Amino acid sequence: MNAAAAKLVARGRLDTRALTRLRRVGILIPFVILFAVLSLTSESFATKTNLLNILDQQSATLIIAAAGTLVLVAGGIDLSVGATYSLAAVTSAHFALHTNPAVAIALGIGAGLLVGIANGVITTTFRINALITTLAMSFVVSGIAGLVTKGNLLVLFEKPGFGKFARTEFLTVRTSIWLMIVAVLVIGFVLSSTTAGRYMYAAGGNAEAARLAGVRVNAVRILAFALSGGAAGLAGVIDTSRVLSAQASTGDTALAFTVLAGIVVGGTSILGGEGAVWRTVVGVLFIALIGNGYILLGLDPLYEQITMGVILLLAVGLDALTRRTG
Amino acid sequence: MSAPEPDRYLELLDVAKHFGGVQALSGVSLSVARGTVHALVGENGAGKSTLGRIVAGALAPDDGRVVLEGEPVAFRSPREALEHRVAAIAQEPFVVPQLTVAENVFLGVEPRSAGVVRNGKLSDAYAALAATAGFDLPGGVLAGRLRTADQQKVEILRALSRDAQLIVMDEPTAALSARETEQLHEIVRRLVAAGKTIVLISHFLREVLDLAEAVTVLRDGRVVRTAPAARESESSLVEAMLGRSLGSTFPPKKPPGSDAPAVLSVRELVAPGVEGATFDLRAGEILGIAGLVGAGRTELARALFGAARIASGSVTLADGGRLGRSPRRSLSAGLAMIPESRKDEGLIFARSVTENATLSRLQSLASLGVVRRGRERKTARSVLEECDVRGAHYSAPVAALSGGNQQKVLFARTLLCSPHVLIADEPTRGVDIGAKRAIYEFLTNLAGGGAGIVLISSELEEILGLAHRVLVMRRGRIVAELAGDAIDEGTILAAAFADETRGAAA
Repeated sequence: MNAAAAKLVARGRLDTRALTRLRRVGILIPFVILFAVLSLTSESFATKTNLLNILDQQSATLIIAAAGTLVLVAGGIDLSVGATYSLAAVTSAHFALHTNPAVAIALGIGAGLLVGIANGVITTTFRINALITTLAMSFVVSGIAGLVTKGNLLVLFEKPGFGKFARTEFLTVRTSIWLMIVAVLVIGFVLSSTTAGRYMYAAGGNAEAARLAGVRVNAVRILAFALSGGAAGLAGVIDTSRVLSAQASTGDTALAFTVLAGIVVGGTSILGGEGAVWRTVVGVLFIALIGNGYILLGLDPLYEQITMGVILLLAVGLDALTRRTG
Repeated sequence: MSAPEPDRYLELLDVAKHFGGVQALSGVSLSVARGTVHALVGENGAGKSTLGRIVAGALAPDDGRVVLEGEPVAFRSPREALEHRVAAIAQEPFVVPQLTVAENVFLGVEPRSAGVVRNGKLSDAYAALAATAGFDLPGGVLAGRLRTADQQKVEILRALSRDAQLIVMDEPTAALSARETEQLHEIVRRLVAAGKTIVLISHFLREVLDLAEAVTVLRDGRVVRTAPAARESESSLVEAMLGRSLGSTFPPKKPPGSDAPAVLSVRELVAPGVEGATFDLRAGEILGIAGLVGAGRTELARALFGAARIASGSVTLADGGRLGRSPRRSLSAGLAMIPESRKDEGLIFARSVTENATLSRLQSLASLGVVRRGRERKTARSVLEECDVRGAHYSAPVAALSGGNQQKVLFARTLLCSPHVLIADEPTRGVDIGAKRAIYEFLTNLAGGGAGIVLISSELEEILGLAHRVLVMRRGRIVAELAGDAIDEGTILAAAFADETRGAAA
């Protein structure tokens, strides 16, 4: 009750213009500062090997987070991406053992896509909260992944052909990175430049207004979830190809939360209607740089998690502050 | 400055306030006498709400002084203002929907022992308070279930429970039906009779002239003049607000010829809140729908547009196309709607003016699913200029616009759909007088171009001034149809209120 009373009191008192501006430039400033600091303090940071390594390791997270941005913008949330990623990983590994790589890749991505579509249909058609739907779905999907592997680690060292998907070098850069760049650009383009992307902003910003303006809100949300599932599938396949092995617990919930952290730190609102894929890319890389910095500078990794948590709180707090006057 | 005279309850001296680069108020001085209603009028953006919020402690002035009972005060929050017995009642009432009426009234000051709320005492205190105020509002009902008018009563009771002496009311009747408005006026008179002082911010000049002792006219953040209400008239106030005189408020009526074809046929329509509606709308006709709040007008609009599910009956356009399935299909068939609440149902606040204008027609501005931005900007600019949307760059968020301009953006959106039929639900709610006129002209022009218009309004004046024919609704049914010279205030009210004279407060 008193919280509500406090809200009554606080209504409209804060001038948050500066904060809004801060959020618009957003994560770019801390990212550049961190990059500069790491470049100066560690000799091995700003080397091609280290930077490409970071991108290689983050390619899965970047792809999933890019698509996850669309889900958040459209007013949903997808917590099942970790499990979906694992399902796609083991599905592609399973079929890579028995069929040719192309089929394995297609089936892995297809599995992710199916999970995404299921998420979208359940949350929209049956009007079940996306948080609960995707949380429940992540248990179901993890279970299915376990059924595929029967609890074993699937090893693909005998199938180097499958490894070519992510491990081929092109212009001295691995295909895992190229695939990530293409996927992120395509997803970013969908959000920023297509009618579907525009409808996602509308659906997340004000679903009823969007519906009355003739936007198919449900279809748009299903599309966002489908892209999220498909992206998790692609990421799972890429990582399986990168490390040539997969098991059912590869992704789990940690990945879903890392992805969400990247999106939110980037400045996309968890309440929907606002955000951009480029922000998410910077957000994910910012988090990755912190991890990389801790290793390169030899800092106690225990503090890394604390740092992460504080940064996440700051990002969410800034979002809440800028919304208060809106 | 001379010492304040004893009857000056509140004085503002040279108050100024700016938001970013915009000077919302400058050099505003006025004094409010104890036990009177002092009205603030002006166009949207003239600064009256800002002034009201400064008085109520929701905003701090950049410059100048606020003097209460001879003491300079500087409220840092509405709570501090409340401690000085100054309260505010907003246009959109602030209640916690999950709490009961009584709990809302005593929010934060519940009678309690050791932190535990004493529910018995609470309901006793509520009953006493409601009786004093003369409100017939049960304390145990959840506040979220109440209509706007009753939620406002909750706010008024909340103010009274803190023994507020000065109450700032910002557009208190904007969301009320005619009858509820009358009730609120009665409450205001009673409060004043009990010695309370009221600062009334209102767009309704007749209301202002009826209730207030003194009127301050604001324009562009400055006081034009303060004068006794007895010396003002609606036209003198409008002139002062606009800085120029305005011809007649409503454009001349041009009813359709008797041979005008029907553009919309509604037969035995049953939907949530609508108990069977049958009527035709002709090309070029403005059909007014009058009735009390809750009579089913908005429900009818939503059912026609396909926003609410139809149980039985039919809605057909001239070409035989069936409607009422989804807003999307209605729009592509040529039926558009301006929804009742532009904030909840109309605009995407965080997105740009342009994007809001083009939302319904985005497909036609895209190739292969990719939005052609150049084309979008050009199309949006021409239609936004046609609707005279002003106040912010078209790439700025639509939230930056004033209420009237936001409403014009919705009109721009429907214009892009080139509708055969437009349903306008409370199109002028919360907009200033200049924008109202623009909206009236827009509706008249659209009808002149051959479209049929269904106009829903709680402002009877608007129905009288614009509609060629009027349907009166009561309890989900159309109970009267008036046309031409038969349209008059008394007949409409009689039909709307028939056998509800007792039940309205319940």
